[in-house]
Amino acid sequence: MIRLSRHHTERIVFAVIGLASVATAVPIIIIVSSIFFSGAEAVSWQFLLEMPRDGMRSGGIWPAIIGTIYLVVGTGLISIPLGVASAIYLSEYAADSYWTRMIRLAIVNLAGIPSVVYGLFGLGLFVLFLDLGSSIVAACLTLSIMTIPVIISTAEEALRAVPQSFRVVSVGMGATRWQTIRRVVLPQALPGILTGVILGLNRAAGETAPILFTGAAFFLPKLPNSIFDQTMALPYHLFVISTQVPEMPITIQYGTATVLLAFVLIMNILAASVRSWQRRKREW
Amino acid sequence: MNSKMIFNTKYRQLLEFVVEAIIRISGYSAVVFVGLIFLFLMQESLPTFGELQARDLWSQRWYPIENYFGVLPLLSGSLIITLGAAFIAIPFGLMTAIFIAEIAPLWLREILKPLVEVLGGVPSVVLGFLGITVLAPLVREELYLPTGLTAFTGAVLLAGMAIPTIVSVAEDALDAVPKAYRDAALALGATRWQTIWRVTLPAARSGVLTATMLGIGRAIGETMTVMMVTGNAPQMASGLGSLFISLRTMTATIAAEMGEVANGSLHYHVLFSIGLILFLVSLTVNITASAVLFRARKRTERLLS
Repeated sequence: MIRLSRHHTERIVFAVIGLASVATAVPIIIIVSSIFFSGAEAVSWQFLLEMPRDGMRSGGIWPAIIGTIYLVVGTGLISIPLGVASAIYLSEYAADSYWTRMIRLAIVNLAGIPSVVYGLFGLGLFVLFLDLGSSIVAACLTLSIMTIPVIISTAEEALRAVPQSFRVVSVGMGATRWQTIRRVVLPQALPGILTGVILGLNRAAGETAPILFTGAAFFLPKLPNSIFDQTMALPYHLFVISTQVPEMPITIQYGTATVLLAFVLIMNILAASVRSWQRRKREW
Repeated sequence: MNSKMIFNTKYRQLLEFVVEAIIRISGYSAVVFVGLIFLFLMQESLPTFGELQARDLWSQRWYPIENYFGVLPLLSGSLIITLGAAFIAIPFGLMTAIFIAEIAPLWLREILKPLVEVLGGVPSVVLGFLGITVLAPLVREELYLPTGLTAFTGAVLLAGMAIPTIVSVAEDALDAVPKAYRDAALALGATRWQTIWRVTLPAARSGVLTATMLGIGRAIGETMTVMMVTGNAPQMASGLGSLFISLRTMTATIAAEMGEVANGSLHYHVLFSIGLILFLVSLTVNITASAVLFRARKRTERLLS
Protein backbone atom coordinates (compact mmCIF):
# COMPACT_ATOMS: atom_id res chain seq x y z
CA MET A 1 0.00 0.00 0.00
CA ILE A 2 1.21 3.45 -0.85
CA ARG A 3 1.45 5.74 2.09
CA LEU A 4 0.36 9.23 1.18
CA SER A 5 2.51 12.10 2.29
CA ARG A 6 0.64 14.57 4.44
CA HIS A 7 0.82 17.12 1.65
CA HIS A 8 -0.88 14.75 -0.75
CA THR A 9 -3.53 13.98 1.87
CA GLU A 10 -4.16 17.66 2.24
CA ARG A 11 -4.60 18.10 -1.48
CA ILE A 12 -7.03 15.19 -1.77
CA VAL A 13 -9.07 16.23 1.27
CA PHE A 14 -9.27 19.84 0.12
CA ALA A 15 -10.42 18.67 -3.30
CA VAL A 16 -13.18 16.56 -1.73
CA ILE A 17 -14.32 19.42 0.52
CA GLY A 18 -14.22 21.84 -2.39
CA LEU A 19 -16.28 19.49 -4.55
CA ALA A 20 -18.83 19.02 -1.75
CA SER A 21 -19.17 22.79 -1.48
CA VAL A 22 -19.68 23.07 -5.22
CA ALA A 23 -22.27 20.28 -4.99
CA THR A 24 -24.05 22.35 -2.34
CA ALA A 25 -23.83 25.62 -4.24
CA VAL A 26 -24.75 24.51 -7.75
CA PRO A 27 -28.24 23.18 -6.90
CA ILE A 28 -29.04 26.50 -5.21
CA ILE A 29 -28.20 28.36 -8.41
CA ILE A 30 -30.23 25.84 -10.41
CA ILE A 31 -33.24 26.14 -8.07
CA VAL A 32 -33.39 29.92 -8.21
CA SER A 33 -32.61 30.31 -11.90
CA SER A 34 -34.96 27.55 -13.05
CA ILE A 35 -37.85 29.15 -11.16
CA PHE A 36 -37.10 32.57 -12.58
CA PHE A 37 -36.50 31.36 -16.15
CA SER A 38 -39.67 29.27 -16.32
CA GLY A 39 -41.75 31.83 -14.46
CA ALA A 40 -40.63 34.95 -16.30
CA GLU A 41 -42.94 34.35 -19.26
CA ALA A 42 -46.00 33.99 -17.01
CA VAL A 43 -45.42 37.14 -15.02
CA SER A 44 -47.03 40.26 -16.45
CA TRP A 45 -48.97 43.20 -15.02
CA GLN A 46 -52.15 41.34 -15.84
CA PHE A 47 -50.95 38.25 -13.99
CA LEU A 48 -50.08 40.33 -10.95
CA LEU A 49 -53.16 42.53 -10.86
CA GLU A 50 -56.04 40.33 -12.02
CA MET A 51 -58.36 38.06 -10.07
CA PRO A 52 -58.01 34.32 -10.74
CA ARG A 53 -60.54 32.98 -13.24
CA ASP A 54 -61.77 29.62 -14.44
CA GLY A 55 -61.11 27.76 -11.17
CA MET A 56 -57.73 29.50 -10.83
CA ARG A 57 -56.60 28.00 -14.14
CA SER A 58 -56.32 31.40 -15.78
CA GLY A 59 -56.26 35.04 -14.76
CA GLY A 60 -53.96 36.45 -12.12
CA ILE A 61 -52.94 36.13 -8.49
CA TRP A 62 -53.88 39.59 -7.17
CA PRO A 63 -55.89 38.39 -4.13
CA ALA A 64 -52.98 36.17 -3.04
CA ILE A 65 -50.51 39.06 -3.32
CA ILE A 66 -52.78 41.43 -1.42
CA GLY A 67 -53.46 38.74 1.19
CA THR A 68 -49.75 38.16 1.79
CA ILE A 69 -49.25 41.93 2.15
CA TYR A 70 -52.10 42.10 4.70
CA LEU A 71 -50.59 39.21 6.64
CA VAL A 72 -47.09 40.69 6.64
CA VAL A 73 -48.32 44.16 7.72
CA GLY A 74 -50.58 42.71 10.42
CA THR A 75 -47.81 40.45 11.70
CA GLY A 76 -45.44 43.42 11.77
CA LEU A 77 -47.90 45.55 13.75
CA ILE A 78 -48.00 42.91 16.49
CA SER A 79 -44.53 41.42 16.47
CA ILE A 80 -42.34 44.52 15.98
CA PRO A 81 -43.40 46.40 19.15
CA LEU A 82 -43.45 43.24 21.24
CA GLY A 83 -40.18 41.88 19.86
CA VAL A 84 -38.29 45.17 20.14
CA ALA A 85 -39.61 45.80 23.67
CA SER A 86 -38.52 42.32 24.64
CA ALA A 87 -35.07 42.91 23.14
CA ILE A 88 -34.78 46.23 25.04
CA TYR A 89 -35.60 44.39 28.25
CA LEU A 90 -32.94 41.74 27.62
CA SER A 91 -30.22 44.17 26.59
CA GLU A 92 -30.92 47.20 28.82
CA TYR A 93 -32.74 45.99 31.93
CA ALA A 94 -32.27 42.29 32.61
CA ALA A 95 -29.60 41.13 35.00
CA ASP A 96 -27.83 37.85 34.31
CA SER A 97 -30.18 35.88 36.54
CA TYR A 98 -31.93 32.53 36.48
CA TRP A 99 -35.05 34.14 34.97
CA THR A 100 -33.09 35.84 32.21
CA ARG A 101 -31.59 32.49 31.27
CA MET A 102 -35.12 31.07 31.17
CA ILE A 103 -36.17 33.83 28.78
CA ARG A 104 -33.23 33.10 26.50
CA LEU A 105 -33.99 29.39 26.57
CA ALA A 106 -37.63 30.15 25.73
CA ILE A 107 -36.56 32.27 22.75
CA VAL A 108 -34.32 29.50 21.41
CA ASN A 109 -37.14 27.00 21.84
CA LEU A 110 -39.73 29.26 20.29
CA ALA A 111 -37.51 29.61 17.22
CA GLY A 112 -37.25 25.83 16.91
CA ILE A 113 -40.91 24.85 17.20
CA PRO A 114 -42.17 23.28 13.95
CA SER A 115 -44.32 25.69 11.95
CA VAL A 116 -47.26 23.28 11.87
CA VAL A 117 -47.32 23.26 15.68
CA TYR A 118 -47.75 27.04 15.57
CA GLY A 119 -50.70 26.35 13.30
CA LEU A 120 -52.22 23.97 15.85
CA PHE A 121 -51.65 26.45 18.65
CA GLY A 122 -53.21 29.28 16.63
CA LEU A 123 -56.21 27.07 15.91
CA GLY A 124 -56.61 26.15 19.58
CA LEU A 125 -56.07 29.61 21.09
CA PHE A 126 -57.05 32.25 18.54
CA VAL A 127 -59.53 30.54 16.24
CA LEU A 128 -61.46 28.44 18.77
CA PHE A 129 -60.77 29.61 22.34
CA LEU A 130 -60.80 33.36 21.61
CA ASP A 131 -63.42 32.74 18.92
CA LEU A 132 -61.76 34.89 16.27
CA GLY A 133 -62.60 32.28 13.65
CA SER A 134 -60.40 31.49 10.69
CA SER A 135 -59.47 35.09 9.92
CA ILE A 136 -56.69 37.48 8.99
CA VAL A 137 -56.35 38.57 12.61
CA ALA A 138 -55.96 34.97 13.87
CA ALA A 139 -53.39 34.24 11.16
CA CYS A 140 -51.45 37.43 11.98
CA LEU A 141 -51.38 36.59 15.69
CA THR A 142 -50.13 33.07 14.92
CA LEU A 143 -47.46 34.33 12.53
CA SER A 144 -46.42 36.99 15.08
CA ILE A 145 -45.54 34.43 17.72
CA MET A 146 -43.43 32.62 15.12
CA THR A 147 -41.70 35.87 14.08
CA ILE A 148 -40.98 37.27 17.53
CA PRO A 149 -37.92 35.10 18.38
CA VAL A 150 -36.18 36.21 15.15
CA ILE A 151 -36.85 39.87 15.91
CA ILE A 152 -35.81 39.57 19.56
CA SER A 153 -32.48 37.91 18.89
CA THR A 154 -31.36 40.23 16.07
CA ALA A 155 -32.64 43.37 17.84
CA GLU A 156 -30.91 42.40 21.07
CA GLU A 157 -27.65 41.87 19.21
CA ALA A 158 -28.01 45.32 17.61
CA LEU A 159 -28.75 46.98 20.96
CA ARG A 160 -25.81 45.27 22.65
CA ALA A 161 -23.48 46.45 19.90
CA VAL A 162 -24.06 50.10 20.93
CA PRO A 163 -21.01 51.00 23.06
CA GLN A 164 -21.57 51.39 26.79
CA SER A 165 -19.95 54.84 26.74
CA PHE A 166 -22.95 56.24 24.81
CA ARG A 167 -25.23 55.26 27.68
CA VAL A 168 -22.83 56.50 30.35
CA VAL A 169 -22.58 59.92 28.72
CA SER A 170 -26.34 60.24 28.31
CA VAL A 171 -27.11 59.26 31.90
CA GLY A 172 -24.28 61.50 33.07
CA MET A 173 -26.01 64.46 31.44
CA GLY A 174 -29.09 63.80 33.53
CA ALA A 175 -31.19 61.73 31.16
CA THR A 176 -33.36 59.01 32.64
CA ARG A 177 -32.95 55.38 31.61
CA TRP A 178 -35.86 55.49 29.18
CA GLN A 179 -34.72 58.82 27.68
CA THR A 180 -31.30 57.28 27.13
CA ILE A 181 -32.79 54.28 25.41
CA ARG A 182 -35.15 56.26 23.23
CA ARG A 183 -32.85 59.12 22.23
CA VAL A 184 -29.44 57.44 22.18
CA VAL A 185 -29.48 53.66 22.10
CA LEU A 186 -32.47 52.97 19.81
CA PRO A 187 -31.42 55.37 17.02
CA GLN A 188 -27.95 53.85 16.99
CA ALA A 189 -29.32 50.32 16.87
CA LEU A 190 -32.06 51.06 14.34
CA PRO A 191 -30.43 49.57 11.21
CA GLY A 192 -29.66 46.33 13.05
CA ILE A 193 -33.20 46.15 14.38
CA LEU A 194 -34.53 46.81 10.89
CA THR A 195 -32.51 43.88 9.54
CA GLY A 196 -34.06 41.60 12.13
CA VAL A 197 -37.55 42.89 11.39
CA ILE A 198 -37.16 42.28 7.66
CA LEU A 199 -35.79 38.76 8.20
CA GLY A 200 -38.58 37.92 10.63
CA LEU A 201 -41.37 39.24 8.42
CA ASN A 202 -39.77 37.49 5.46
CA ARG A 203 -40.21 34.21 7.27
CA ALA A 204 -43.84 35.10 7.96
CA ALA A 205 -44.41 35.90 4.28
CA GLY A 206 -43.11 32.53 3.09
CA GLU A 207 -44.73 30.24 5.65
CA THR A 208 -47.78 28.14 4.88
CA ALA A 209 -48.29 25.70 7.73
CA PRO A 210 -49.13 28.28 10.45
CA ILE A 211 -51.90 29.85 8.37
CA LEU A 212 -53.38 26.59 7.03
CA PHE A 213 -56.02 26.39 9.77
CA THR A 214 -55.94 29.95 11.04
CA GLY A 215 -56.86 32.17 8.12
CA ALA A 216 -55.83 30.98 4.67
CA ALA A 217 -58.56 30.47 2.08
CA PHE A 218 -58.43 27.99 -0.78
CA PHE A 219 -60.10 30.44 -3.16
CA LEU A 220 -62.02 33.68 -2.70
CA PRO A 221 -63.92 35.41 -5.47
CA LYS A 222 -63.29 38.83 -3.92
CA LEU A 223 -60.82 40.59 -1.65
CA PRO A 224 -61.31 40.36 2.13
CA ASN A 225 -63.45 43.16 3.60
CA SER A 226 -62.26 43.16 7.20
CA ILE A 227 -59.63 41.63 9.41
CA PHE A 228 -62.17 39.00 10.44
CA ASP A 229 -62.39 37.57 6.91
CA GLN A 230 -60.25 34.78 5.56
CA THR A 231 -57.69 35.67 2.94
CA MET A 232 -55.76 34.03 0.15
CA ALA A 233 -51.96 34.10 0.50
CA LEU A 234 -49.12 33.51 -1.94
CA PRO A 235 -47.46 30.46 -0.35
CA TYR A 236 -50.76 28.71 0.32
CA HIS A 237 -51.94 29.59 -3.19
CA LEU A 238 -48.82 27.97 -4.65
CA PHE A 239 -49.47 24.88 -2.54
CA VAL A 240 -53.10 24.75 -3.70
CA ILE A 241 -52.42 25.16 -7.40
CA SER A 242 -49.53 22.72 -7.43
CA THR A 243 -51.26 19.90 -5.53
CA GLN A 244 -55.02 20.42 -5.27
CA VAL A 245 -56.20 21.65 -8.66
CA PRO A 246 -56.18 19.14 -11.53
CA GLU A 247 -55.09 20.28 -15.02
CA MET A 248 -53.43 23.35 -13.68
CA PRO A 249 -51.32 25.09 -16.36
CA ILE A 250 -47.67 24.81 -15.35
CA THR A 251 -46.94 28.39 -16.41
CA ILE A 252 -49.27 29.76 -13.73
CA GLN A 253 -47.58 27.54 -11.14
CA TYR A 254 -44.13 28.76 -12.16
CA GLY A 255 -45.40 32.34 -12.31
CA THR A 256 -46.73 32.14 -8.75
CA ALA A 257 -43.50 30.53 -7.53
CA THR A 258 -41.53 33.31 -9.23
CA VAL A 259 -43.54 36.06 -7.56
CA LEU A 260 -43.21 34.44 -4.13
CA LEU A 261 -39.48 33.76 -4.52
CA ALA A 262 -38.84 37.27 -5.86
CA PHE A 263 -40.75 38.79 -2.93
CA VAL A 264 -38.68 36.81 -0.42
CA LEU A 265 -35.33 37.36 -2.13
CA ILE A 266 -35.89 41.10 -2.49
CA MET A 267 -36.59 41.30 1.25
CA ASN A 268 -33.41 39.30 1.90
CA ILE A 269 -31.32 41.60 -0.28
CA LEU A 270 -32.91 44.58 1.46
CA ALA A 271 -31.90 43.18 4.85
CA ALA A 272 -28.36 42.51 3.65
CA SER A 273 -27.97 46.03 2.24
CA VAL A 274 -29.30 47.63 5.43
CA ARG A 275 -26.72 45.62 7.32
CA SER A 276 -23.78 46.62 5.14
CA TRP A 277 -24.96 50.26 4.98
CA GLN A 278 -25.04 50.29 8.76
CA ARG A 279 -21.53 48.88 9.02
CA ARG A 280 -20.19 51.63 6.79
CA LYS A 281 -22.11 54.45 8.47
CA ARG A 282 -21.42 53.43 12.05
CA GLU A 283 -20.01 56.23 14.19
CA TRP A 284 -18.04 54.07 16.59
CA MET B 1 -40.25 75.51 40.73
CA ASN B 2 -43.45 76.64 39.12
CA SER B 3 -46.42 74.34 38.82
CA LYS B 4 -45.85 73.54 35.14
CA MET B 5 -42.39 72.19 35.80
CA ILE B 6 -43.67 70.05 38.64
CA PHE B 7 -46.34 68.69 36.36
CA ASN B 8 -43.69 67.94 33.73
CA THR B 9 -41.52 66.08 36.18
CA LYS B 10 -44.47 64.08 37.50
CA TYR B 11 -45.52 63.30 33.95
CA ARG B 12 -41.98 62.16 33.12
CA GLN B 13 -41.88 59.86 36.12
CA LEU B 14 -45.25 58.38 35.30
CA LEU B 15 -44.26 57.86 31.66
CA GLU B 16 -40.98 56.29 32.71
CA PHE B 17 -42.82 53.97 35.09
CA VAL B 18 -45.40 52.91 32.50
CA VAL B 19 -42.82 52.37 29.75
CA GLU B 20 -40.57 50.32 32.01
CA ALA B 21 -43.52 48.21 33.09
CA ILE B 22 -44.44 47.51 29.46
CA ILE B 23 -40.85 46.62 28.59
CA ARG B 24 -40.50 44.31 31.58
CA ILE B 25 -43.74 42.53 30.73
CA SER B 26 -42.74 42.18 27.07
CA GLY B 27 -39.43 40.79 28.21
CA TYR B 28 -41.18 37.74 29.51
CA SER B 29 -43.38 37.29 26.42
CA ALA B 30 -41.28 34.45 25.01
CA VAL B 31 -41.65 32.44 28.22
CA VAL B 32 -45.39 33.12 28.24
CA PHE B 33 -45.75 31.96 24.63
CA VAL B 34 -43.84 28.72 25.14
CA GLY B 35 -45.95 28.08 28.24
CA LEU B 36 -49.20 28.85 26.40
CA ILE B 37 -48.29 26.62 23.48
CA PHE B 38 -47.51 23.75 25.84
CA LEU B 39 -50.74 24.29 27.81
CA PHE B 40 -52.96 24.37 24.73
CA LEU B 41 -51.33 21.32 23.17
CA MET B 42 -51.77 19.47 26.47
CA GLN B 43 -55.36 20.56 26.93
CA GLU B 44 -56.40 19.60 23.41
CA SER B 45 -54.54 16.29 23.38
CA LEU B 46 -55.44 14.95 26.82
CA PRO B 47 -58.93 13.69 25.80
CA THR B 48 -57.15 11.27 23.44
CA PHE B 49 -55.92 9.24 26.35
CA GLY B 50 -59.38 8.97 27.85
CA GLU B 51 -60.72 7.35 24.69
CA LEU B 52 -57.78 5.38 23.36
CA GLN B 53 -55.49 2.85 24.99
CA ALA B 54 -51.76 3.20 24.59
CA ARG B 55 -51.76 0.11 22.39
CA ASP B 56 -54.31 1.65 20.03
CA LEU B 57 -51.84 4.46 19.41
CA TRP B 58 -48.79 2.21 19.38
CA SER B 59 -50.01 0.21 16.42
CA GLN B 60 -49.33 0.02 12.73
CA ARG B 61 -52.53 1.24 11.15
CA TRP B 62 -53.42 4.89 10.56
CA TYR B 63 -56.90 5.02 9.08
CA PRO B 64 -58.87 7.73 10.89
CA ILE B 65 -62.14 7.17 9.00
CA GLU B 66 -62.49 3.79 10.68
CA ASN B 67 -61.00 5.02 13.95
CA TYR B 68 -57.59 3.39 13.52
CA PHE B 69 -55.14 5.80 15.08
CA GLY B 70 -51.84 3.89 15.10
CA VAL B 71 -49.10 6.50 15.02
CA LEU B 72 -46.25 4.07 14.24
CA PRO B 73 -46.43 4.62 10.46
CA LEU B 74 -46.17 8.38 10.99
CA LEU B 75 -43.38 8.10 13.58
CA SER B 76 -41.38 5.75 11.38
CA GLY B 77 -42.05 7.94 8.34
CA SER B 78 -40.74 11.04 10.12
CA LEU B 79 -37.79 9.07 11.45
CA ILE B 80 -36.60 7.58 8.17
CA ILE B 81 -37.08 10.78 6.16
CA THR B 82 -35.21 12.78 8.79
CA LEU B 83 -32.41 10.18 8.89
CA GLY B 84 -32.16 10.30 5.11
CA ALA B 85 -32.00 14.08 5.19
CA ALA B 86 -29.38 14.04 7.95
CA PHE B 87 -27.31 11.55 5.98
CA ILE B 88 -27.11 14.05 3.11
CA ALA B 89 -27.17 17.36 4.97
CA ILE B 90 -24.56 16.68 7.67
CA PRO B 91 -21.59 15.79 5.43
CA PHE B 92 -22.38 18.39 2.77
CA GLY B 93 -23.27 21.06 5.31
CA LEU B 94 -20.19 20.54 7.46
CA MET B 95 -17.83 20.33 4.50
CA THR B 96 -19.28 23.54 3.08
CA ALA B 97 -18.87 25.21 6.47
CA ILE B 98 -15.22 24.09 6.67
CA PHE B 99 -14.64 25.25 3.11
CA ILE B 100 -16.16 28.68 3.74
CA ALA B 101 -14.49 29.22 7.11
CA GLU B 102 -11.05 27.73 6.53
CA ILE B 103 -10.18 26.97 2.94
CA ALA B 104 -11.93 29.17 0.38
CA PRO B 105 -10.23 32.37 -0.79
CA LEU B 106 -12.02 35.56 0.22
CA TRP B 107 -13.80 36.18 -3.10
CA LEU B 108 -15.28 32.68 -3.12
CA ARG B 109 -16.39 33.05 0.49
CA GLU B 110 -18.20 36.26 -0.46
CA ILE B 111 -20.14 34.31 -3.10
CA LEU B 112 -20.83 31.10 -1.16
CA LYS B 113 -22.07 32.64 2.07
CA PRO B 114 -24.91 34.70 0.56
CA LEU B 115 -25.76 31.80 -1.74
CA VAL B 116 -26.35 29.47 1.20
CA GLU B 117 -28.37 32.24 2.90
CA VAL B 118 -30.52 32.44 -0.22
CA LEU B 119 -31.28 28.73 0.11
CA GLY B 120 -32.28 29.37 3.72
CA GLY B 121 -34.74 31.99 2.53
CA VAL B 122 -36.48 29.90 -0.13
CA PRO B 123 -40.02 29.21 1.16
CA SER B 124 -40.76 25.55 1.78
CA VAL B 125 -43.67 25.52 -0.69
CA VAL B 126 -41.35 26.69 -3.47
CA LEU B 127 -38.98 23.80 -2.73
CA GLY B 128 -41.96 21.45 -2.59
CA PHE B 129 -43.21 22.75 -5.91
CA LEU B 130 -39.83 22.15 -7.54
CA GLY B 131 -39.81 18.73 -5.89
CA ILE B 132 -43.05 17.84 -7.63
CA THR B 133 -42.22 19.29 -11.03
CA VAL B 134 -38.49 18.55 -11.35
CA LEU B 135 -37.07 16.19 -8.72
CA ALA B 136 -39.89 13.62 -8.51
CA PRO B 137 -39.98 12.83 -12.26
CA LEU B 138 -36.19 12.56 -12.18
CA VAL B 139 -36.26 10.14 -9.23
CA ARG B 140 -38.93 8.02 -10.90
CA GLU B 141 -37.10 7.70 -14.20
CA GLU B 142 -33.57 7.28 -12.87
CA LEU B 143 -34.48 4.74 -10.19
CA TYR B 144 -37.22 2.95 -12.19
CA LEU B 145 -39.85 3.52 -9.51
CA PRO B 146 -43.63 3.50 -9.98
CA THR B 147 -43.81 7.00 -8.49
CA GLY B 148 -41.30 9.74 -7.82
CA LEU B 149 -43.16 10.93 -4.73
CA THR B 150 -41.10 8.95 -2.23
CA ALA B 151 -39.43 9.34 1.14
CA PHE B 152 -36.12 9.72 -0.70
CA THR B 153 -37.40 12.74 -2.66
CA GLY B 154 -38.53 14.28 0.61
CA ALA B 155 -35.19 13.52 2.28
CA VAL B 156 -33.24 15.25 -0.50
CA LEU B 157 -35.36 18.40 -0.23
CA LEU B 158 -35.28 18.36 3.57
CA ALA B 159 -31.50 18.17 3.36
CA GLY B 160 -31.71 21.38 1.34
CA MET B 161 -33.69 22.98 4.17
CA ALA B 162 -31.29 21.76 6.87
CA ILE B 163 -28.05 22.70 5.10
CA PRO B 164 -28.33 26.52 5.56
CA THR B 165 -28.81 26.07 9.32
CA ILE B 166 -25.90 23.63 9.58
CA VAL B 167 -23.57 25.78 7.49
CA SER B 168 -24.25 29.05 9.28
CA VAL B 169 -24.03 27.68 12.84
CA ALA B 170 -20.97 25.50 12.13
CA GLU B 171 -19.22 28.32 10.27
CA ASP B 172 -19.81 30.68 13.20
CA ALA B 173 -18.30 28.08 15.53
CA LEU B 174 -15.21 27.62 13.33
CA ASP B 175 -14.83 31.38 12.98
CA ALA B 176 -14.87 31.77 16.75
CA VAL B 177 -11.77 29.59 17.21
CA PRO B 178 -8.94 32.01 18.14
CA LYS B 179 -6.45 32.62 15.35
CA ALA B 180 -3.59 31.88 17.75
CA TYR B 181 -4.58 28.18 17.78
CA ARG B 182 -4.13 27.91 14.02
CA ASP B 183 -0.94 29.96 14.01
CA ALA B 184 0.57 27.73 16.68
CA ALA B 185 -0.24 24.55 14.74
CA LEU B 186 1.05 25.94 11.44
CA ALA B 187 4.22 27.20 13.13
CA LEU B 188 4.87 23.69 14.41
CA GLY B 189 4.92 22.51 10.79
CA ALA B 190 1.39 21.09 10.47
CA THR B 191 -0.25 21.31 7.07
CA ARG B 192 -3.43 23.35 6.77
CA TRP B 193 -5.52 20.18 6.75
CA GLN B 194 -3.77 18.82 9.84
CA THR B 195 -4.49 22.13 11.53
CA ILE B 196 -8.16 21.95 10.61
CA TRP B 197 -8.56 18.30 11.57
CA ARG B 198 -6.51 18.23 14.76
CA VAL B 199 -6.90 21.78 16.09
CA THR B 200 -9.70 23.90 14.65
CA LEU B 201 -12.43 21.25 14.41
CA PRO B 202 -11.85 19.83 17.91
CA ALA B 203 -11.84 23.36 19.32
CA ALA B 204 -15.16 24.07 17.60
CA ARG B 205 -16.70 20.68 18.24
CA SER B 206 -19.57 21.83 20.45
CA GLY B 207 -20.62 24.41 17.89
CA VAL B 208 -20.43 21.80 15.15
CA LEU B 209 -22.54 19.43 17.25
CA THR B 210 -25.09 22.16 17.87
CA ALA B 211 -25.18 22.89 14.14
CA THR B 212 -26.05 19.30 13.26
CA MET B 213 -28.67 19.12 15.99
CA LEU B 214 -30.39 22.33 14.94
CA GLY B 215 -30.25 21.21 11.30
CA ILE B 216 -31.91 17.90 12.16
CA GLY B 217 -34.43 19.74 14.32
CA ARG B 218 -35.31 21.86 11.32
CA ALA B 219 -35.78 18.73 9.19
CA ILE B 220 -38.08 16.99 11.69
CA GLY B 221 -40.35 20.02 11.89
CA GLU B 222 -40.60 20.75 8.16
CA THR B 223 -44.15 20.42 6.93
CA MET B 224 -45.08 21.71 3.51
CA THR B 225 -42.18 20.26 1.53
CA VAL B 226 -42.66 16.75 2.87
CA MET B 227 -46.41 16.96 2.49
CA MET B 228 -46.00 17.85 -1.18
CA VAL B 229 -43.35 15.34 -2.24
CA THR B 230 -43.44 12.22 -0.07
CA GLY B 231 -46.64 10.80 -1.53
CA ASN B 232 -48.62 11.03 1.72
CA ALA B 233 -49.24 7.31 2.22
CA PRO B 234 -49.22 6.35 5.91
CA GLN B 235 -47.32 3.09 5.49
CA MET B 236 -44.90 1.54 7.94
CA ALA B 237 -41.28 2.30 7.15
CA SER B 238 -39.05 -0.60 8.02
CA GLY B 239 -35.47 -0.36 6.89
CA LEU B 240 -33.67 1.52 4.19
CA GLY B 241 -35.79 0.10 1.37
CA SER B 242 -38.66 2.23 2.67
CA LEU B 243 -36.83 5.29 1.41
CA PHE B 244 -38.14 4.45 -2.04
CA ILE B 245 -41.82 4.10 -1.25
CA SER B 246 -44.42 6.75 -0.47
CA LEU B 247 -44.54 7.63 3.21
CA ARG B 248 -46.03 10.26 5.42
CA THR B 249 -44.59 12.23 8.32
CA MET B 250 -46.20 13.44 11.54
CA THR B 251 -46.07 17.07 10.40
CA ALA B 252 -47.69 16.32 7.04
CA THR B 253 -50.45 14.32 8.73
CA ILE B 254 -51.43 17.27 10.90
CA ALA B 255 -51.31 19.69 7.99
CA ALA B 256 -53.27 17.42 5.65
CA GLU B 257 -55.99 16.27 8.04
CA MET B 258 -56.58 19.10 10.52
CA GLY B 259 -58.54 21.13 7.97
CA GLU B 260 -61.11 18.38 7.57
CA VAL B 261 -61.79 17.13 11.09
CA ALA B 262 -64.65 18.23 13.33
CA ASN B 263 -63.41 20.31 16.26
CA GLY B 264 -63.50 18.28 19.44
CA SER B 265 -63.67 14.89 17.70
CA LEU B 266 -61.32 12.06 18.60
CA HIS B 267 -59.41 12.57 15.35
CA TYR B 268 -58.93 16.24 16.30
CA HIS B 269 -57.48 15.32 19.69
CA VAL B 270 -55.17 12.68 18.20
CA LEU B 271 -53.77 15.25 15.77
CA PHE B 272 -53.07 17.56 18.72
CA SER B 273 -51.29 14.66 20.46
CA ILE B 274 -49.03 14.32 17.42
CA GLY B 275 -48.41 18.07 17.66
CA LEU B 276 -47.51 17.62 21.31
CA ILE B 277 -44.98 14.92 20.39
CA LEU B 278 -43.41 17.25 17.80
CA PHE B 279 -43.31 20.08 20.34
CA LEU B 280 -41.57 17.89 22.92
CA VAL B 281 -39.05 16.63 20.35
CA SER B 282 -38.14 20.17 19.30
CA LEU B 283 -37.91 21.21 22.96
CA THR B 284 -35.51 18.34 23.69
CA VAL B 285 -33.35 19.10 20.65
CA ASN B 286 -33.14 22.82 21.42
CA ILE B 287 -32.52 22.49 25.15
CA THR B 288 -29.77 19.93 24.56
CA ALA B 289 -28.22 22.08 21.84
CA SER B 290 -28.14 25.17 24.05
CA ALA B 291 -26.81 23.15 26.99
CA VAL B 292 -23.93 21.93 24.80
CA LEU B 293 -23.17 25.50 23.70
CA PHE B 294 -23.43 26.83 27.24
CA ARG B 295 -20.97 24.27 28.60
CA ALA B 296 -18.60 24.97 25.74
CA ARG B 297 -18.70 28.71 26.46
CA LYS B 298 -17.86 28.07 30.13
CA ARG B 299 -14.93 25.93 29.07
CA THR B 300 -13.61 28.55 26.67
CA GLU B 301 -13.88 31.23 29.35
CA ARG B 302 -11.85 29.02 31.67
CA LEU B 303 -9.21 28.33 29.04
CA LEU B 304 -8.82 31.92 27.95
CA SER B 305 -8.72 33.43 31.42
